[in-house]
Amino acid sequence: MSHRTTPDPLRGGPMTAPAPGESHLDSSEMILNMGPQHPSTHGVLRVVLKLDGERVVDAECVIGYLHRGVEKIGEHRTYMQFNPYVDRMDYVSAVSNGLGYCEAVEKLQGVVAPPRAQVVRVMLAELNRISSHIVWLGTHALDIGAMTPVFYSFREREEILKIFEKYCGARLTTHAFRIGGLQWDLYDGFESDLRRFCQTFPARVDEYETLLTENRIWRERTVGVGRLDATTCKALGVTGPVLRAAGVAWDLRKAQPYSGYEKYAFEIPVGENGDTYDRYRVRLQEMRQSCRIIAQAVDGIPDGPILARIPKVFKPPVGEVYHSIEAPKGELGFYIVSDGSLQPYRLRVRPPSFVNLQALRGMVRGALVADVVAIIGSIDIVLGEVDR
Amino acid sequence: MSMAGGWWLVRNAECCRRPGVLAAGLTAALPAPAANLLAAVTSPQAAATSPPGNTGHFLLATVYILLIFAGISVGVIVMNWVERKVLAHMQVRLGPMRVGPHGLLQPIADALKLLLKEDLVPQGADHLVFWLAPVVVVVAAFSAFTAIPFGPTAAVSDLNIGVLFVLAVASLGVLGIIFAGWSSNSHYPLLGALRAGAQMVSYEITIGLAVVAVLLHTGTLSMQGIVRAQIDHQQWLLFREPVAFGLFAVAMVAETNRSPFDLPEAESELVAGYHAEYSGFRWSLFMLGEYAGMMLVSAVAVTLWLGGWTRPFPNVHAAGLDALFSFVPAACFLLLAGMALRAAWKMPGHRRWRVQRDGLAVFGSLLLGLGLLLAVPPMRTACQNVFWFVLKVAVFQYLFIWYRATFPRYRYDQLLRIGWRILIPTALANLVLSATLTALRP
Repeated sequence: MSHRTTPDPLRGGPMTAPAPGESHLDSSEMILNMGPQHPSTHGVLRVVLKLDGERVVDAECVIGYLHRGVEKIGEHRTYMQFNPYVDRMDYVSAVSNGLGYCEAVEKLQGVVAPPRAQVVRVMLAELNRISSHIVWLGTHALDIGAMTPVFYSFREREEILKIFEKYCGARLTTHAFRIGGLQWDLYDGFESDLRRFCQTFPARVDEYETLLTENRIWRERTVGVGRLDATTCKALGVTGPVLRAAGVAWDLRKAQPYSGYEKYAFEIPVGENGDTYDRYRVRLQEMRQSCRIIAQAVDGIPDGPILARIPKVFKPPVGEVYHSIEAPKGELGFYIVSDGSLQPYRLRVRPPSFVNLQALRGMVRGALVADVVAIIGSIDIVLGEVDR
Repeated sequence: MSMAGGWWLVRNAECCRRPGVLAAGLTAALPAPAANLLAAVTSPQAAATSPPGNTGHFLLATVYILLIFAGISVGVIVMNWVERKVLAHMQVRLGPMRVGPHGLLQPIADALKLLLKEDLVPQGADHLVFWLAPVVVVVAAFSAFTAIPFGPTAAVSDLNIGVLFVLAVASLGVLGIIFAGWSSNSHYPLLGALRAGAQMVSYEITIGLAVVAVLLHTGTLSMQGIVRAQIDHQQWLLFREPVAFGLFAVAMVAETNRSPFDLPEAESELVAGYHAEYSGFRWSLFMLGEYAGMMLVSAVAVTLWLGGWTRPFPNVHAAGLDALFSFVPAACFLLLAGMALRAAWKMPGHRRWRVQRDGLAVFGSLLLGLGLLLAVPPMRTACQNVFWFVLKVAVFQYLFIWYRATFPRYRYDQLLRIGWRILIPTALANLVLSATLTALRP
């Protein structure tokens, strides 16, 4: 990067070395290449920052370092075979990805998962929401320089991952759900594990809050940083906690209930200013609400089958479907076109991280270098999902 | 001097061959500096009443310098281990556990690893300045210790401008950091160096103003003089200048680039800041310099506000109190030895743990031996002052670790705003107030 200048790398075009005789020293602006190897870009995100001192004049996101062609792979696998691949998109919330994909295919086929499967899906998806938010909390705090929350949060995440492991044998890429329902029924003691978790977890959230919420430095670092108002959010298609922090009570679990979410009582936490601090507050509240949903669900697990009747050779009818769910990071949508064969004709994913990341450039303009990592953290991206 | 020293060595070697002579004629046979050293080790009160730097005992001063160098280096190693363990236990994890019992050998393993690492110099770096930077940082941090009193005579020198010397030499460290950032030919180190420059220069003003407030009460710039003034006042200056102490306590964290003011090396923003391009031994010098710097500012704070090397209640010589306090160092080591031996005792009996258990037992026995040694009368009084000094410094080191576990990091502009808008005006106001009160006092 050093000793290179470019007229405006942010408008595209290759970066060029200075022409002979042209000095790079006469400009007060500096190009700083943040990533793809950087501790705080949450993976292989590269942000090219144009700096004036420590102030960010402009920024450009460069993505694609983790592109694996997941959508294309989807066109070459059967519907069932593709199911584990979605776990590898947003790998900190694999369960939610699976839920979105399975429901989309079920919608295409015209089947509905049995009630017991739906309740289990809700419980696991909400656990997953908590674990995703916990990872976000720890890493976000670490970005802002608070070292300790990451270890506290991973302690709680461990409890969730143990439940996942007991249920389906995997911790991270769970492949928990099947098209039409579940492969495995609940293990003995699942309910008591969940009840114990729901009892202890709110106190743990309180613990995080004592470390951060009223912490003077934390507030100074987050209040008013990376503001994004509701209009801009809507214009950019930003969803999830970032949108709710801007004051829009939009949550697909309420707006377009799926998997029986209409049966549970929970609130949509919203912020006011749409800054980093509000996003933090919203996510913490969401963890508490998820805990509430799990507590309700675990008390009403119906008996019955766990898998709907689906054909052994799975060929959905010709047609197309778009189904979206409220993943921890925002609206996760699957658009599937079927030509009646074993494989999807086209499979398109609408990942929340990818769409939300668009907002970065506007948010970091005029901010300081230290704010850039705080803002990237507050969007909560996972590069596996951005690049797919 | 060198001839005298050589003669002493020869003579000493003869003594060693005939142990009987050693005991009988050692003191008489020794040249004056060595006799002084022996006297200083056995009973400091009987030795010269001022540090060797002032009495011109070159050899003794050299020995003290080496002792301080070794002491600080050992302190850095201990601090490294303690920091990792304390931080780990604050963060619900164990910290180093594998290399040696409870990771006791981890710092040594790390130091070896750093020594063996490839020594990289980035392309386009300014070789001379790149080489110079870590040296400047370490030299600045270490050489300031020459004016720090560890005891009434246990100091290299008692400069009459001691405080000024320490502040001046310590502030050279920032030069090393700026050198490092500038010479690396890389953007992150450059940003780190700029941050360090702005930060350390700003906070040095606060440090200076806080120190001046102390000088109003002592009337001397000599570090020993400040300690003695506190003995005369029968009061730590902490109670006379609490605001100045508070300001210094904040500014010294910023001065040493520690959390929450660790912006120059902010890992999550600047990767490693000014030393991002350094590797191996050069990097370890920065590390050494940083920790030595932490000890230095703590030592200054202890000397200026917390009574330096004096024990608690230095003026109370009630019956038994002296004796009681003189047992504290031994008791501390015995306590540590007890902890280590108990942990060794409680280790699983499996033979896989044998090396660990035996290692811990040996470590515990070493501590036990030290504790017993410190309980013997001549050592008991000799180690007093140094012990209290080190203990007070250790408390500050613990605070540094605690801050690191607790606080998020400040932002560049916020840091400077705190420095210029809060700390410096407060320090000025405090100085004016103190000066007025001192002038009004009869």
